Amino acid sequence: MSDPDATDWQILRELQRDGTLTASEIGRRIGLSQPATWRRIVDLRKAGILHPQRLRIDPEKIGFGVTVFLGVKLATKGRVSLEDFERAVAAIPEVQTVEHVLGLYDYRLRVVARDLPDFERVLRRRIMTLPGVGNVEANVLLSEERRPGPLG
Amino acid sequence: MLTDHERRILRYWQDEPSLTPGEIGEKVGLSAAQVARRMKTLRQRGVVKSIEAQINWPALGYAVEVSLRITLDKTVPRAFDEFLAAAREVPEVIEIQTFLGRVDARLNLIARNMPHYQEVYRDRILTLPHIADIEALMHVARIKAEEVYPL
Repeated sequence: MSDPDATDWQILRELQRDGTLTASEIGRRIGLSQPATWRRIVDLRKAGILHPQRLRIDPEKIGFGVTVFLGVKLATKGRVSLEDFERAVAAIPEVQTVEHVLGLYDYRLRVVARDLPDFERVLRRRIMTLPGVGNVEANVLLSEERRPGPLG
Repeated sequence: MLTDHERRILRYWQDEPSLTPGEIGEKVGLSAAQVARRMKTLRQRGVVKSIEAQINWPALGYAVEVSLRITLDKTVPRAFDEFLAAAREVPEVIEIQTFLGRVDARLNLIARNMPHYQEVYRDRILTLPHIADIEALMHVARIKAEEVYPL
């Protein structure tokens, strides 16, 4: 597709507010026909700008009371390949996200647990035993908000 | 908490939010109507807070993503509130988190390129109130991003 124009941005803005809106509902809000809106949504998906939807779940209501972000430094870079670490860490069910970063740490992990004792179990049995793991820093999440970003 | 049926529905639903009640029903052995009713309850109870479209920022021209880990000057009583309120005004900030630990807050910042990042960092971030220290982590790659819960 050609570069997204102002109308595409409007569509993205509406969808960011509510991912369940239909093409006709969005079209009505921004003054575009249903088929034209639908075509643009399909193009945005094809261009990879619009990813599949995601459920935003309240973790406490399903029994996950603790979210912790871990900064992980690899101890033995070069000897253990990054792929080994990445494969092993991505397979841990409690690890929700893994980001490779540059800076003070090599990886940033988002970990969920039922409570602090459960988190300690995950940390000791699963994280500290990962191949090549070195220094680990933990920060317990207190609050979180997602912003609309440049679309807002 | 969740019933067994709800847990199983949620497991498939969070993996693939575009599934219809009928498709989930086939996997968990319930009718489309039974699944639809439980999906509705899960939303009404706030277990599922929202269903969000996800924007791929790099595809929209925002190639740079930086995680800014911030320590605040806690000698100022309203440091947290004032910092957070000001951070919300920065359009390039896409996520704000607060922590108990070595850092107090984290901002996820996106920019079109490095010169743009430098501009936002200097003009909008360093001017935020009550910052005692900042560390930056530059995102290289996402290895796992689905953010699903182990149900």
